[in-house]
Order: sequence, then structure tokens, then C-alpha cells
Amino acid sequence: MTSPYPFIILTVLWAGVGVLLPIIVPKGPNRGIIQVILILTGVCCWLFWLCCYISQMNPLIGPKLDKYTVLVMARQWGNPINQTV
Amino acid sequence: MGAMFRSEEMALAQLFIQPEAAYFAISELGEAGCVQFRDLNENVNAFQRKFVSEVRRCDEMERKLRYIETEVKKDSVNIPDGSELPKAPNPREIIDLEAHLEKTEGDIKELSESAVNLKSNFLELTELRHVLEKTQVFFNEQDEANGMDTAHKALIPEDHNVSIRGRLGFVAGVINRERVPAFEKMLWRISRGNVFLRQSEIERPLEDPQTGNEHYKTVFVAFFQGEQLKTRIKKVCAGFHASLYPCPSTLIERNDMLKGVRTRLEDLNLVLNQTKDHRQRVLVSVAKELQNWSVMVSKMKAIYHTLNLFNMDVTKKCLIGECWVPCNDIPAVQKALAEGSTASALYTIITFPFLFAVMFGDSGHALIMFLFGLWMILSEKKLGPQKKSEIFNIFYGGRYIILLMGLFSFYTGLIYNDIFSKSINIFQTRWYVNTTSFNPDEEVDEIEFIPKANFIGEPYYFGIDPVWQPASNKIIFLNSYKMKLSIIFGVLHMIFGVIVSISKKYSSIILEFLPQIFLLLLLFFYLVIMMFMKWLWYSGTLDGWDPNVVNKHGSSCAPSVLIYFINMMLLSSSDANEGCDVYMFDNQRLIQFVLVAAAFVCIPVMLLGKPIYIMCSRKNQPPKPVNNKSNGDVNQGMELDEVSNADIKEVSSTTHDEGGHH
Repeated sequence: MTSPYPFIILTVLWAGVGVLLPIIVPKGPNRGIIQVILILTGVCCWLFWLCCYISQMNPLIGPKLDKYTVLVMARQWGNPINQTV
Repeated sequence: MGAMFRSEEMALAQLFIQPEAAYFAISELGEAGCVQFRDLNENVNAFQRKFVSEVRRCDEMERKLRYIETEVKKDSVNIPDGSELPKAPNPREIIDLEAHLEKTEGDIKELSESAVNLKSNFLELTELRHVLEKTQVFFNEQDEANGMDTAHKALIPEDHNVSIRGRLGFVAGVINRERVPAFEKMLWRISRGNVFLRQSEIERPLEDPQTGNEHYKTVFVAFFQGEQLKTRIKKVCAGFHASLYPCPSTLIERNDMLKGVRTRLEDLNLVLNQTKDHRQRVLVSVAKELQNWSVMVSKMKAIYHTLNLFNMDVTKKCLIGECWVPCNDIPAVQKALAEGSTASALYTIITFPFLFAVMFGDSGHALIMFLFGLWMILSEKKLGPQKKSEIFNIFYGGRYIILLMGLFSFYTGLIYNDIFSKSINIFQTRWYVNTTSFNPDEEVDEIEFIPKANFIGEPYYFGIDPVWQPASNKIIFLNSYKMKLSIIFGVLHMIFGVIVSISKKYSSIILEFLPQIFLLLLLFFYLVIMMFMKWLWYSGTLDGWDPNVVNKHGSSCAPSVLIYFINMMLLSSSDANEGCDVYMFDNQRLIQFVLVAAAFVCIPVMLLGKPIYIMCSRKNQPPKPVNNKSNGDVNQGMELDEVSNADIKEVSSTTHDEGGHH
């Protein structure tokens, strides 16, 4: 099951950049510019992550791997396969 | 401005202006008119200053304007007073203005030259006509004196007539009236009284084609005897600036000539009137713009003169000026300077590095770039005054952008999971090796993971799953992902751009903004929505274990969004694999048809709406004067008639309003 935590964490993180920071920008001649910069950064980066996350949520194809790579993966990343090769 | 009778507290201010913005900044300061610049180049010769060539160009334009003005005044064309004075022209408009002035000057010169030619021709013919008409009387008298009156002149044979004349030669011509007494005296002296001079005044003054002054003239005929006397008389005539005209000796020839001269005069008169009309038209249309042009050129010249008072920075990156300002006016000066050098490319501060990063996408290389940018910024003080090579100068000039590009590329590199083309496995890959689908003893080289069996069911938390890095079908997966990503960001950027360009006028909102945004939303944003639908609705995990059992949302039924979009535009139907739905949702084809139809309705509104609106609104109200917010523009359509002239003005003023937002 998809856990909601990554979505919440990343959204809060970029909302912090794109919404919270523009509000607390100190007053000054460049305040408007800094606000625009922060909002654009927040939106772009959040959306970039979101696209990557959603595109992998429901994979249509799987990776095609070399046999030995698979064996190494299995051993290194847990779930080792007992075999005789 | 301060109080009239009290002196103002003054401050000596130093201005640092970028060379590119200097022109506009000084233009704005000039409009504000509250600073006095100090000459920082006092010991520099006027010819060695930086903007000498520009000042010269202005001088040349001023000369042309003066010439045009004298021509306009000569024809006593009224020069209308412009209600609003234009600002200095944009530097790129200077070239237009220059070319325009050059052309106008050439036109007027050509016109006056041809007018002078025609007029001198006209003068000659008029004088000849007078000569022929006036001499008629003299010859008649002479004939009578010879005992023949005109009545029986025709009866006398021609050769007899010639034999009488043969002995008496004559010269006919026209001379200025005030010279006549001296001329007469001179003739009498050189011929010892053997010349018989008859004269008759021309009643109306004749115009001199060169100067346009009017002179009273006199027709004369000098009778004499012998060739020697003839050459002498001719010399005297040349000395007195008398113009001599051929005059046939017989009555019939004279009459023929007179007739010919009269018809030619009539023709010439017609031509003269036409050229006069044409010239009048050209001058009137020039006169309308003349004041604006003069103001623009003088402002331009003043700006360059002021810039000549500035000092160039050692690195040639900056112009330094000093000026006295009343303390109360310092805010106004700051405002003017800000207006002169506003950056219009505000949003690209982020969008450019971001789009660069989407394409760059490698954290390792990005880190190097980031550090390079950081180094340049930190050692600004040391690097700034140094002499740099041309390429390094480019990097140095864009050091902040390089820093941002590095920063964003680092982020996109993490998302792409690419660090020097290697992936890192922070959150543990979501694909696992499943013994049910994998038997290590089997004799296969490659194993393809299937979502149903090997996928945990939850995406990698941050970025692309590292399992793809060694996969041989990595390209297939990443291409599909990155293509969608570029379309999504491209469309969003376009929508953002259109929204940013919104202006406050209702006409532009309805006729420009709405059709543009609808076109984008109905076609391209729909494409983006379809992409998300595909991502969310179709999954390989829904496939059955048996390849013959097809799930409608399984991997074999996943449609191509691109094909949907192409078919949508072509209004053709799509097809699907066996057992799958043709469309993603109910009534998709109908909805797509409506979207395309609505988008196509937007196109004519977008293209024709504004011009038609402007045309209609102009019919209802008199043309407005050119607005003064933008720097003055050069009117190119000068020779057109009044109405279309106004058209051009209005159109160009509206394009001025909207340019620069994009």
C-alpha cells in the first residue's frame, strides 16, 4: 500500500519554501523579487518531484536486468537467494 | 522642488550606471530635471570623449531638421505645436529616425531641385514670350518707317524683306530694369552712337528661380550694323547679365514661335502646379512630426552630452557620474533611476536555471558547477578588477545564474538519481527479487521484472528507483517519463507566461488573454491531464498471472496519450488492443471533439479580435494623441494620408504597451 508520508513530507517541505518563506521575507526594496523567486522555486521543484513519484506509482514495465546483477541485488539488498551458481 | 526664495540643502551624489542602462537612466533623470551633473572629464578634449560619435550623429540630424524646417517655413506651411513632448527615442529607434530624416531631406532636396529647374525653364520661356510680344511693336514701327504697313506686307516677296533686313542686324533680350540706363550708356559708348536701342518694360515682376525674389525686367532690342558690332554688343549683354533670346526676323516665323512658346508655357505651368502641390503635401506631413523630431533629437543630444561628463570605470563595466541634487529630491532621482533600469526578465531568474536543470540533471556535475559559481561569487573582489579572457568573462558575468543552475541541477540530478551517472540507493529500491519468478539455475542472461511479481507496490520516495540504473531497458522507461515531464513543464510555463502578460485593459483581457489561455488549456492542458490519468489509472500490478486474461487497467491496455492527442486533433477514432477499452473514460471522444471545436473558435478571436476592436473604437472617437509613457516612436507612415497615419500611431502605441511583458 502506498504510504502517505513521502507525499506529505515533500509537500510540506516545498510548501514551506513556496508559501511560508515568501510570507516571512523581510521588508526591503527587493521583497517582491525574492517572493517571486521563492514561489517559482517551490512550485517547480514540488511538481518535479510529484511527477517522478506518480510516474512510478503504477509501473507498466519492469526493469530488465542481467542475471548476475539480479543475484548481486538480491544478496546486497536483502532477500538473498540460495543458489549454486 | 523646494521653496523659491530659500536655498536648498544640496547633496553631492555619485551615480554608478551600467553602460546599457545609462541612456535610459539619464533620459529619466532628464525628465525629472532635478540634478546637475559635474564634469568629471574636464581635462579631456571635447573630441576625445566617449560619446563623441553619437553627439556628431545628433548634430547631423539637427542639421537635417533645420534644413527641413527652413524648407517648411519657405513654403509658409504651419508647424503645429505638439501638445505633449516626446521622450528621447530608444537607441534602436535612433537608427530609424536617422534613416527617416535622411530620406525626408533627400526627398525635399530633390523636389526643390526639380522645382528650380522647372522654374528657370519657365522663366526663360516667359521672357522669350515677352521678347516676342514686345518686339512685335518695334518691328511694326520699323516696317512702317520702311514704308510698308502690315496690310500689304504679305504682298511683298520674302526675299525683298530679307534684303532690307540684311543690312540691319539686331539682338533681342531681357535685362533687369535697374541696369537699363547703364546698359544703354555702355552700348552708346562702344558703338559711338551707332546702336539703336528700343526697350519696353515688362509690367509684372518675374521670379528668380534660385532665390525666389521678384525682379522687374525690361525687354530690349538693339539694332546695329555689321558683325564686329554684334560681337561687342553680345559681350556687353553678357556683362550686364542680360539674357539674349533668338528672335526670327519675319512676322510669320515670330508668330509661329510665339504660338509654340505659349503652348509650352501652358504645359509647364501645369507641371509646375503639380510639383508645387506635391511638395506642399510632403511638407505638410513633415511639419506635423517636425516638432516631435526636433525635441527627440535635442533630448538625445543632451543625453549624450551628459554621458560625456561621466567617467568610465577601470573595468569598463560601469559609468560613474557625479551630480548635485537637492536633498529633498533624492527619492525622485532614485525613482527615475529605477525606472530607467528595470529588469523585465524577472521570472527567468528561476525559470531559466530550472529548465536548464531539467535538461542537465546530474548531481555530481551540478555540484562542480555550483562550486565554480560559488567560488566566482566569493572571490568577486579579487576577480572583479582582474583582466579576464573573453570566455571567462562570459562565465564571470553569469556567476549568479551559474550558481542557481548548479543548485537546481543538483536537485534534478537527485530526482533523476544520477550522480556522475551512478545511482544511489537511499530509500531501498522498490523492486525485489522474487524466487517464484526467478530461478537462478535457469539458463537465461537477462531477467525482466514484472510489476505484478517484483514491485513492492509503493514508489521510491525520492526520485527514480535506483534499480533502473543497471537495467537494459532504462532508456525506454526514462524516455517515456522525461517526454511527459517536458510536456508538463512546457505547458505550465506557457500558461504561466500568458497569465503574466495579462494587462488591465478589458479589451486585451477578452480578446487576447482569454482566447490564448483557452487554447492552451483546452488542447495542451488536457494533454497533461491525460498523462496524469494514465499514470494513476493504469498499472502493471493489475495484470493477471495468466497473460491471456486481460485487465482493462493493466499494462497491455495502457493507451498512448500521444496517439490520443493526435487523433483528437485529426478528429479520427482510436483503436485498442483486444479486450481493452478504446478510451480512458466515457464520452472521451465527444469531449475531445468539443475541446477541439472550442479551441478552434479561439483562433480567429485571438488573431482578428484586437484589430477589429481597434478599428471599431477608432470610428467612434477621434484619434488620441500618442501616449507619453513609452519613449518616443518614429512614425514611419509619413507619406500616407491623415487617417492611416493615425492608424499606425495608435497601433504602434498599443504594441508599445504590451511589448516587454513576455
